[in-house]
Amino acid sequence: MLVVLTVWLAIGTFGVLALHRFALVAKVFFPMGAAASLVLCVAAASAMGGAAEVAELPFGLPGLNFHLRLDSLSALFLMVLGGVTTGVSLFAAGYFRKGEGTPPGLLCLQYHLFLASMALVVLADDAYVFMVMWETMALSSFFLVTANHRIAEIRQAGYLYLLLAHVGAIAILLCFGVLQANSGDYTFNNMRAQHLSPFWASIAFLLALFGFGAKAGILPLHVWLPEAHPAAPSPVSALMSGVMLKTAVYGLLRVTFDLLSVQLWWWGVLLLSVGLLTALFGVVFSAVQVDMKRLLAYSSIENIGLIMVGMGLSLLFYAYHMSALAALALAAALYHVASHAAFKSLLFVCTGSVLHATGERNLGRLGGLIRYTPWVAWLSLIGALASAGLPPLGGFVSEWLLLQSFLFTPGLPNSFLNMLIPVVAAAIALIAALAGYTMVKFFGVIFLGRPREEKLAQAHDAGTLEKIGMLWLVAISILLGLMPSQILKAISPVIKQLSLFDLSPSIAANAWWLLAPISVARASYGPVIFLLGVAASCTLAYILVRLFYHGRLRRSAPWDCGYPLQNARMQDTAEGFGQPIRQIFEPFFRMERELPSPFDAQPRYRVLVEDPLWYWLYLPIARWVERISQWVGMLQKGRIAVYLLYSFLTLVALLLMAKQ
Amino acid sequence: MNQYGMLSQLLDVVMALLLAPLLTGWLNQWRALLQNRSAPDLIQPYKVLHKLFFKESVIADHASPLFRMVPYLVFGCMTLASAIIPMLSTDLPLAPAADAIALVGLFAIARTFISLAAMDIGTAFGSLGARREMLIGFLAEPALLTVLFTSSLITRSTSLTSMVTSMSHNSFAIYPSLAFAGIAFVMVSLAENARIPVDNPATHLELTMIHEALILEYSGRHLALMEWAASLKLFAYSCIGLAIFFPWGVSTSASPLALMMALPVLVVKLAIGGALVAVIETLSAKMRIFRVPEFLATAFMLAVMGMLVHFLLGA
Repeated sequence: MLVVLTVWLAIGTFGVLALHRFALVAKVFFPMGAAASLVLCVAAASAMGGAAEVAELPFGLPGLNFHLRLDSLSALFLMVLGGVTTGVSLFAAGYFRKGEGTPPGLLCLQYHLFLASMALVVLADDAYVFMVMWETMALSSFFLVTANHRIAEIRQAGYLYLLLAHVGAIAILLCFGVLQANSGDYTFNNMRAQHLSPFWASIAFLLALFGFGAKAGILPLHVWLPEAHPAAPSPVSALMSGVMLKTAVYGLLRVTFDLLSVQLWWWGVLLLSVGLLTALFGVVFSAVQVDMKRLLAYSSIENIGLIMVGMGLSLLFYAYHMSALAALALAAALYHVASHAAFKSLLFVCTGSVLHATGERNLGRLGGLIRYTPWVAWLSLIGALASAGLPPLGGFVSEWLLLQSFLFTPGLPNSFLNMLIPVVAAAIALIAALAGYTMVKFFGVIFLGRPREEKLAQAHDAGTLEKIGMLWLVAISILLGLMPSQILKAISPVIKQLSLFDLSPSIAANAWWLLAPISVARASYGPVIFLLGVAASCTLAYILVRLFYHGRLRRSAPWDCGYPLQNARMQDTAEGFGQPIRQIFEPFFRMERELPSPFDAQPRYRVLVEDPLWYWLYLPIARWVERISQWVGMLQKGRIAVYLLYSFLTLVALLLMAKQ
Repeated sequence: MNQYGMLSQLLDVVMALLLAPLLTGWLNQWRALLQNRSAPDLIQPYKVLHKLFFKESVIADHASPLFRMVPYLVFGCMTLASAIIPMLSTDLPLAPAADAIALVGLFAIARTFISLAAMDIGTAFGSLGARREMLIGFLAEPALLTVLFTSSLITRSTSLTSMVTSMSHNSFAIYPSLAFAGIAFVMVSLAENARIPVDNPATHLELTMIHEALILEYSGRHLALMEWAASLKLFAYSCIGLAIFFPWGVSTSASPLALMMALPVLVVKLAIGGALVAVIETLSAKMRIFRVPEFLATAFMLAVMGMLVHFLLGA
């Protein structure tokens, strides 16, 4: 495990040494990093289910060694990290081009430092290592986001990201402060041993929710995501969305289920409602975006919301000691962590290929790419279907598990919750269906139809390394979809560790192709049979039609009801595709519309959809901060005598305090 | 699972494939009758399918492979759907592979691919149709799921076969929650199967068309498969409705005698159901497209209310 991390750091250092030797960095260092990731994934898989391994490294401050610990929960997130970065690193090897912002060697260092810090966040066993690595992760990803730092918007996006990351980090630091309960020992072992009163435990939970929520992008703290993702290079967006958001999920799981000894039911309700709002908000906004990476960023917000819903439900069941159901809901959340990591990084790297092929991020200037870049198109179709939650891919399994755990809810001792929570299942169904709408828009507008710009006809397909990277991620998505019972059996040690219930016997009781977490009569799903059924009936239909009839085919101009003079600009645009959503969910948005009048010689239509929270929450806060800092600024006189006076007064005040 | 199980599975699929165009023809006859028109032949849909299969397919110059793949895929999805819905018997070996949620997922796959194929050619009508189809889909899908949730909360299962088994074993009881769910289900089925008041299956070349706009560029065998899949979808929806709300008569074993008994019962139920749909279609006017979201949101709310009623009354 540590070997892999050292290799990563070494690759990074070599990258700095070979600062401008582009070919070396791209063709040797990144594939080496990918190989290291694969090793990490396999090592983590073998550590799953075993006893926790503890290590103490002689780094850090004197007397404060780094404590590391590898248990099943860490192993799961390391597997996700390793699995996804294998694909993304291979893709990155083909992706990064010469002469764009940061020199390739430096980029290589930042990239591998980012990977190593994420792995160490997951491995950390005391608050120091955790915070140091958390900050390293935030900083290295900040530099990666601002790789093209000559563009002002990218700098702004990076700044916003850094700001929210640090606000969150402060909350996490305070949370650890509460957790150690005045014992002065910041190891996680000590925190586990502390028994906090419900009040302080709730404070710690709320701080953790805020801190990790800022990283994960839950509702009012999501604003950095849609800014940072489009700014970052695509492999970096893929890592941030696929893996980095998951470290926040890891942190929240670690604090609530592992470090805290009490769990209260209303935490679950809070997490559930925040998650639901986040998911709904994310999906509605992603449906109206016109920038493909912003669309995916909002979709990440939605998926994080769904993960939070699963965690909240699990917490609720856990607080009522219904551990079998807690395990089921947790399985749904963890499964979604893995499947979202796979399909979202796939979609982000696909947008990277589109960006390289066309130079466009705006959906309104794309179209018809399936004819010029078939590889990218077909691979991202699989990602889009997984993201839309369609069977038999990975996204559907987690959705299925989540809906199942909702339908089991009746039986909670609180009758009000009993009644309302299945209604949440209806909302989840709505969110899933909207995700389908968004993905049809995403895929259809980019890859289908006729090219909306002339230059798209020159678009070139992805390179070999990029293709291999994408294929790897597609393979993970398909595997997650087809083998749910094997995978759930493999991760059941994690679920057992957190919810104290072992799902594996009930899963193992069925045939390998059938997923039935409770019983077959209750609910079951067999993705392999499902896929075979569809495939068999398609093939049979094909063969029969060809056998009995004929295969004659003629190509001609599209018919389109016989209207002549249609051109590519008359296709539905991204704005047009989002129009029903804008109309139905109007209160969600802050819209500026400019409609042409009948007398305009050059009519223009413009619509700008913005996030109302930005105006309700962030701008007022920014104004207050500015006002307060003006007050504080009055202290600054710029004369040394005044500053000496300040020091003197402080000293006197301190002496007075010390005397008492 | 035994040899009878396989038999009933096969019978289920074959019957659905063969009877689906007949249901469409039956519905058209009733519509014509109610509207004082002379009716087309009962077997007109078969004739149309036969004719289309013989014609050559004309597709656009720049159509991608996706466009040619979709008719088979949609047809395959609908065939699998009819295989997992308990139409005649609940002893279906394929049923454990997909429960009610996966069934809705199956419909969603078909809808997604039809919409993608419509966008592939890049015509104005095609992309318009795709957008409208997805609009109807994202409202109808959760409503359908919620209807299924209501009955799965009553029967404590999401597997379609156990739902039907436990429903038909119950003595005749009126569930108020199912009344709400039933209304919601009828509304959703009308929308999903392109019937009036949401879409008009009889017209072509209207600015408000949805289903027709989606399959505008298809011809020959591709169009035949799409039409057949559409009637299979209508058949499947009718059978889901019958299975959940009127499960009596579905056999719980797969013995040949029980299947023989179940077949006429199903045909009678479908005949009555088809006539009722024709009555609804004749009595209502087509809505403006902007009213469709309200219609479907009402269906969704009714379904959610059905679920709430279940908890309030415990039934």
